[in-house]
Amino acid sequence: MKILVGYKRVVDYNVRIQVKPDGTGVVTDGVKLSANPFDEIALEEALRLREKGVATEVVVATLAPADAQAHLRNGLAMGANRAIHVVTDQAISPLTAAKALLKLIEKEQPDLVLLGKQAIDDDANQTAQMLATLWGRPQATFASHVEIADGHATVVREVDAGLETLKVQLPAVISVDLRLNEPRFIKLPDIMKAKSKPMETLPFADLGVSVSAGLQTLSYTPPAKRAKGVMVKDVAELVSALKAKGLL
Amino acid sequence: MSKVLIVADHLNGQLNSAVARCVSAAKAIDGASVDIVVLASHAAPIAAEAASIAGVDKVIAISDAAFGALIAQTVAPVVAGLADGYTHVFGPSSSFGKDVMPCIAALLDVEQVSDLMSVESATRFTRPIYAGNAIIVVEAPAGRVVVATIRAASWAAAAAGGRASIESVTASVAASTHSHVLDLQQGKSDRPDLQAASRVVSGGRALGSAENFAVVYALADKLGAAVGASRAAVDAGYVPSDLQVGQTGKIISPELYIACGISGAIQHITGIKDAGTIVAINKDADAPIFEVADFGLVADLFQVLPELTNAL
Repeated sequence: MKILVGYKRVVDYNVRIQVKPDGTGVVTDGVKLSANPFDEIALEEALRLREKGVATEVVVATLAPADAQAHLRNGLAMGANRAIHVVTDQAISPLTAAKALLKLIEKEQPDLVLLGKQAIDDDANQTAQMLATLWGRPQATFASHVEIADGHATVVREVDAGLETLKVQLPAVISVDLRLNEPRFIKLPDIMKAKSKPMETLPFADLGVSVSAGLQTLSYTPPAKRAKGVMVKDVAELVSALKAKGLL
Repeated sequence: MSKVLIVADHLNGQLNSAVARCVSAAKAIDGASVDIVVLASHAAPIAAEAASIAGVDKVIAISDAAFGALIAQTVAPVVAGLADGYTHVFGPSSSFGKDVMPCIAALLDVEQVSDLMSVESATRFTRPIYAGNAIIVVEAPAGRVVVATIRAASWAAAAAGGRASIESVTASVAASTHSHVLDLQQGKSDRPDLQAASRVVSGGRALGSAENFAVVYALADKLGAAVGASRAAVDAGYVPSDLQVGQTGKIISPELYIACGISGAIQHITGIKDAGTIVAINKDADAPIFEVADFGLVADLFQVLPELTNAL
């Protein structure tokens, strides 16, 4: 079985994002970039499925500018067999990403596609669902446990009410949640090994995907700041402060 | 003239309160009419609930055994089929809405506006990115249907007292052949629902164990509050995952939020910064949670939580 993993490069989750003073975007120059944390979890799960003998090949794919090769090498160092780099300088919307990934699916014929439930930059939480829809295959979103057997995936999903167990027929798209696993660290020998692993690059234009005239971002602003609070010295003072505000 | 269709989220025959918040978002569009579609195995009681939300014009009730569980690939084509004639299709940013709305958008070949925060015009909206650290204004293309999920914390629920007409529709719905829900393990709790509660008491890693969470529950019960948790507390197994508050958990806006032993990582703050009043109780005076707290108390929570509970 072959697994395709989406592996997006984003601003590192620890970075405190700054909105540019002119409102045209956020400051990304010189800011640390990393794999989207959810995509690392997706990749880790694919690798574990290969280690269990369920999968034979794990392919990581990204849609990113030309300088994203080091990012993909990280995915290879973690253990992916191959990488596909769709090169584009444009910001890619989830719908366009889903259409592009569908082209890769047609080419690669994977039995399972693993994606993060959301990217921590655009926080859209759409690509997996859109991809499953365009592919005409089932989806299991927000997975915190995955079992593969007899051509089906049994997935525990984190939903508002609790945990739902959903069984879907493969091929399918699974989007992963935080508690699915703990991604492994990359070791130095693996970085060396990753250098000789195959990486395919293809220009976005070659996919033949029409970029939808979708949502246009007009401006960026920092969120409204909360007014500075006060420190209280003990419980009695806290209670009277909350009473004064009519909260108790 | 805008016509908004809202996809109802429901569980165990009850409408999710987030739907009334979607109605408020829809009514923020100038002169919009609002319809709600209820897809369920027995839609009638849920449709009646939806019809009682003020500002709703019509409720479309579709009862079908195929909707015993709301499988995205079963729900989305039915809603997409109804979308003709509507300018907007909204759903709540609940786990159901997040699962199904992008499928509807893909079928209609449009981008989705995720977590819509405010309406500037029928085609112009704001939404948060980077864990709420930037707010963007997005413009949807003219003449295309707008598909959006509505960020519950940004909208008050529309009042009750509506008398919308209910139209029962039979659709030919094919049950899913490839997806089956085997089980739903619901967190059993008599406490108020985390996303609808006006008061929330949350605990973090500093609680140290599931047993120690008792001090949080005791305070919550005294306040009639819902209980929440940080990711650290959920990962450590102190509480179930459906109590997680933050970027990847639930985003809430209670009148009063009390954070106990929570340091205040960016990912947690994004889930609470619309709360009316934030109280932080933490041993570490340098914890980032104090930057957003209206009232901060530097103290050992095992000492002050019982004290606070007794003082109420």
